Formats: sequence, C-alpha cells, structure tokens
Amino acid sequence: MLSFAMSREQKMVRDAFAEVTKNLVTPSALEMDESGQIPAATLQKIWELGASTSMIPEAYGGDGMAYSSVLNCIVLEELSYGDPAVAVAATLPSLFMNPVAEMGTQQQKKRYLPGYCGPLYPHCTLALQEPHFGSDPARLMTAAVKRGSSYVLNGKKCFVPQAGQASHMLVAAAVEGRGALFIVSGDNPGLHVGARERNLGLRALDTCGVTLQDCEVPEEDRLGGAEGCDFNRALQKTRVGMAALGAGIVRGAFDFAKKYASERVQFGEPIAHRQAVAFMIAEMAYESECVRLLAWKAASRLEAGKDAARESYLAKLYAGEMTMKIADYGVQILGGHGYIRDYPLQKHYRDGRGIGILEAMATV
Amino acid sequence: MINLELPEELEGHRRTMNQLAGAMLRPISRKYDEAEHEHPRELDALRVTAAPRKQKEGSAAAEKTEARPLRPAVGNITQVLTIEELSWADVGLTLSIPGAGLGNAAIAAVGTDQQKERFANKWAAMAITEAESGSDSGSISTTARLDGDEWVLNGEKIFVTCADRCDLVVVWATVDKDAGKAGIKSFIVEKGTPGFKLDHLEYKLGIRASDTGTFVLNDCRIPLDNLLGTAEVKPKTTEGFKGVMKTFDNTRPMIAAMATGVARAALDFTREKMEEGGLCLDYGKNPNNCSSLEKEYYLMEAHLEAMRLLTWKAAWLADNKEFNATEASMSKAKAGRYATLITQKCCELLGPLGFSREHLAEKWMRDSKILDIFEGTGQIQHLIVARNVLKLSSSQLK
Repeated sequence: MLSFAMSREQKMVRDAFAEVTKNLVTPSALEMDESGQIPAATLQKIWELGASTSMIPEAYGGDGMAYSSVLNCIVLEELSYGDPAVAVAATLPSLFMNPVAEMGTQQQKKRYLPGYCGPLYPHCTLALQEPHFGSDPARLMTAAVKRGSSYVLNGKKCFVPQAGQASHMLVAAAVEGRGALFIVSGDNPGLHVGARERNLGLRALDTCGVTLQDCEVPEEDRLGGAEGCDFNRALQKTRVGMAALGAGIVRGAFDFAKKYASERVQFGEPIAHRQAVAFMIAEMAYESECVRLLAWKAASRLEAGKDAARESYLAKLYAGEMTMKIADYGVQILGGHGYIRDYPLQKHYRDGRGIGILEAMATV
Repeated sequence: MINLELPEELEGHRRTMNQLAGAMLRPISRKYDEAEHEHPRELDALRVTAAPRKQKEGSAAAEKTEARPLRPAVGNITQVLTIEELSWADVGLTLSIPGAGLGNAAIAAVGTDQQKERFANKWAAMAITEAESGSDSGSISTTARLDGDEWVLNGEKIFVTCADRCDLVVVWATVDKDAGKAGIKSFIVEKGTPGFKLDHLEYKLGIRASDTGTFVLNDCRIPLDNLLGTAEVKPKTTEGFKGVMKTFDNTRPMIAAMATGVARAALDFTREKMEEGGLCLDYGKNPNNCSSLEKEYYLMEAHLEAMRLLTWKAAWLADNKEFNATEASMSKAKAGRYATLITQKCCELLGPLGFSREHLAEKWMRDSKILDIFEGTGQIQHLIVARNVLKLSSSQLK
C-alpha cells in the first residue's frame, strides 16, 4: 500500500532518535566539530537505542525485528539532523554487521555477529573508498587474489571511519574484476592504518587511510563464502544511507535558516517578510522534502526485496546536489553570521559537500 | 508505514494509461500542434462523465466489498498517475479531453448534489483571469447582480482553457466589489445563454491543441441556482473565496503531474538518442566519472523523480483527507519549474534534433512552459509555500 505516513512504530523510533539528538547531539555539534571528538558516552547512549542490533536475528544475538531499510533511513536522518559525523559514528557497527547478517554464510554470522550485539558500543567498520582520482566503488583498484586457501589483498583505502579502533573491518576488493567484501581482523599484519585524516567536513568523525599490503585473509572470511556476495546490493544500501544523511543535513540547514529569518530584523521587520529571502526558504522546504522522499523511495524498493540500482543512485546524486544548494542558501540567509563558526550553517555547508563525494559511510 | 512503491493495482493502471496515451494521443501530437484551434475529434472516445454512482444495495457485489477490509481512497493518486501518462504523450491533448475541465473539478468540489446531477455530462471550463486580474484573482471586476430570480453577469474573461469546446463555463464574479474577496462567487454559465459570447481564441507558444479563449459577458442572465456555493456575503471574511481556492489544492498536483509527464517524454527521447549514439546509462558508475552529458541526464532524472514524489505526496494527502495546500503548491512549484528546465536542457543535449520540428522535443519545450504559469505561477506557489512554512499572513509576506 502506498503511504507517505509513518506507522506508530516508525514514529516511536523517530521520536526516540530525535530526542537523543536534541539532548546530546545538536547542543554539542559545533564543539565536536572543533575538537574532532565525539564523547564515548554519546555513542554509548545512542547504541543503547539498538539501531544496529534490533534487526539482527535473535539467533545471532540481535532482537530479531523485521529488517526495514526505511526505518534505517529515519534513524540516520534524525541523527544527521544533529550532526552527520555522529550519525556515521553511532551507526558504524551497522556498516559491518548488516552486510554480514544479510549476505554472510551461516558460519560467518555465527562467528562474527554475537560479539557485536553486546551492551557496549563495539568497534567495527567498512573500508570501501579509495584515495585516487576517479575513485569508483564499482571499479575497485584494491584487488584480492586467491592463493591457496587464502585471498591476498593489496590496495589503499581512505575515509575509513574509526579504522584504528576496529577489531574487524569489511574491506571491499575486486576479485577478478568483480566487487567482493572481506572480513579482515584489525590485527591482520597486512593491514596498516594510517594517520587520522584531516577533512573538510564530518570533522568530529575519526577517519583514516588504510593500506593493505599482501594482506592475507582466509578464504572462509570472504563474505558469502566462495560464491561471494551481492556487492551491488550492499552498494545500493550505502547509497541510500548517504542520501538519508543528506536528508538530515538539509533539514538542519533549513530549520536553522527558517528560524533565523523569522527573528532577524532589518529595515524594521524580519527578513523572512521579504520575498528574496522567503522564496529561498520555500525552495529549501520542498527540496529537503524531495531529498527525503528519494531516499524513502529507494529504501521502499530495498525493503520490498526489489533491485534499487536506479533509485539508490538517483537518491544519492540528488542528495549530493541538494545538500550543497540548501546549505548554500542557508549560509546566504544568515549573511555574515552564516560564515562564522559560532553558527551551524558553515558546518552544514562543509558536511554537505561530503554527501556527493563520500561513499558507504552509512547503510540502510 | 512509509512505502513509496506503487501497489500492483495502481502500477497496472499506470501501464494501461501509458498504452492508451501512446496509442491515442502521441500519434496525433504533432497534428494538433500545427492545426491550432482545430477540434481533436479523436479524443471524443475518451469523454469523461461524472454521472453519480448508483448504489448497488443488497447486490452480491456490495456484500463482497463490505466483507473486505476498508480499502484506502486512491482517487487523487489514480488521477495524477493517469495525467502523467497522458501528458507524457501530449499535454495540450490531455487538457482537451472532453469532460475533464477545471470547471468540472470546481462543480465536483463545491456543487450541490442537484448541481452535480444537472451538469453531470457537461464539459465545464473555468473563467477566472481578467485583463487586469492575473495572479491577484481577488481583484476581479466581472460583476454578478441579482435581478428577480436571475443573476446578471457583466465583464470579460481571458485565458479560459477549453473555451471553444466546453459546454459551460464556471465564471468567477463579484456580487459586491466593496466586500473584496468575500464578494467573489462562482457561477455556472451555459453556452448559448444570451449575452455570453466567445470573443476569440488565442494563438500560443505551446499546448496549441488546447483552445484558450476570451469570453464577454454582456447582461448575461442565468438562473438563480447556477450559483456555486452560498450567495451570502460575509463581510470581512474570505471563507467563500478560500473555499473556491481550495479547488486548487486538488488541481495543482494534477498540473505537477502534467509537468512530470512532459519532462519524462523529453528525457525518454533524449535517452533513446543517447543510446543510439552509443551512450548507455549505467547506474553503477560513479557520477563523477561520467561524461557531462550523462551527468546532466542523471541529474534531470533525479529531479524528475523528485517532481513525481512531491506530486504523489500531495495527491496522497488529499486522498487521506489531510490538509495539503502546502504540498500541492510545493509540487507545482518544483514540477512546473523543472519541467521547463528539463525540456530546455533536453533540446540542448539533443542538438539539431532538439531544434527541428521533425521531432517533438522542441514542442515539449514550448508545451511545458505553461505549467509554470497557469493555476498559479511558480512565484505564487513559492509565496504560498513560504507563508505556510514561515506561518506568515498575506499582509506580512506580500
């Protein structure tokens, strides 16, 4: 049934994440952005809401709720509304756990999932993006070559969230030109985590480059076993994840600019009373709706078990374009204040740039 | 629960409409672009009638329906799906489908049961705009004066869609100019009424298949009960006017659906030509590694999806009896503007094929422009959206 309204359950989840965002994320977003740190207590608190574990089957330590890509979109948007860096960090375990739960062999699920479904925020991640010009997840330069009963991985990754702390990471590599995922232990001697990267946006998020140098991975740690996994489906889900992060950023920029325009008085009345400003607000209103709807459309297809190659691609592309446009409008509406780091719009502007560029920082 | 996938039933309806539009409208698209003002008789077979549905009480069919859980209303969604498909074939012809005039929507929205019955099989146009009243429809000067048991109308109405082919026109007129918007009422004027004359038809940039005309009302007398809504003028209230304007909450998503349809036509054609030229779309490829042409295409496709989803949302809200004025204006603002931009850009990408009248791309560029103008220009839609989201009155945000 076609529906644009949230169910009671979806509203409950949204409200829970909106609450934690309002209390813990939004008030300290600028501070976290400056310090580059997210308090461990914040991540723990969000972890306790169970976004990453609720849809893992009970047999593997989760709560066994029905898998819902739309619900994951809702969670990501709410957190990203406060700070996309926190949204990425807080849901980071999902980037590892969801592909394992969906596409792993029974043995992989049994071995890797229960350890990550505990009461404490765990450290695991995904390494996909590569640090070269023209980087494209569909055409990976990192290669995995079969040698005996192992795969040997060579290549470079970048923007790997919390790579240094991860006890396991999923590494994307091409096997004979086809995308594959490998479960790599954090202490694998062939895995080298570089220095923390210094990025334009998402500055509270710890990301590192990772080098794989003759990194030997046992063949049973190829996700999905000898046949591999549906790498494209994993990509589709992360594209929608990026779009959902974008939906949060545009809503954040829109809400702040709307409030500011209503309060800022020039020429004797709020600047919102001028069409030049009001029409930008109107555009921000419907474009943030569009970003969300495109993400939900792709998520609806994923949830129905359908292919979402086109929809996820368009959702991410649109979110990338619109985060820039809407954040730009927001900075402009705040004028000089938009350019000052005491106000959040400059952060939306920097964070927004990441939606189009980055891949696989979140999944649905 | 959020679900933006069409159920199979509606998807099937969409496919049927696509086939119908492809078979009946697209083949005559160029013909009526060139034969402006000629009546497209081929469309008579599609005549829409609004005959009230008869209750089949006690019948097996009714019992069967009762036993099943309540099905959601899908009238508006069905309508926007239909309109997108028809407009994909031809917007001008879509506007010319007999019986589907804006006046019909007004009668359906605010007419009494008796009026609905009386005018059930009539094709009803709508006359609002005047030479001096465009977006400011509250300032119209056509008058309606009560004389015994008749209304007497005087004035001139321009830009009336389906002016030549319709059976009757819903005319906006003021019963009390001093009362402002509170004095504006709408009246049903049938063709052939003395004093009611179609003055001329316009020659337009696009949607040439649609007959746009000017009416003159000169002491035109109509029966008392041809008034839509109440005759009472409540001073200093705009309730009645707002009631009439409410019709637009249902019709604006339909214009947005037209915009989505015509933009899709241009994109489909562009894609076909790109593929013939060896440029195949690949949704797996990083957009930053695409050619500029491919990237432009993908972006337009994303905008198209956004136009459609906003339209669906506005229609879905209407089906669920929820307030949708903001969403209706959002859909029209976005879709009207981007249909214009997309059809322009497709002509650019198509190069010579986009400038030649051998192909329809140039026509779609001309056709789409009206969708950002009629039923409230893009600027008016932005004004409505801004007032609603900023919670400002029309005197605060002019």
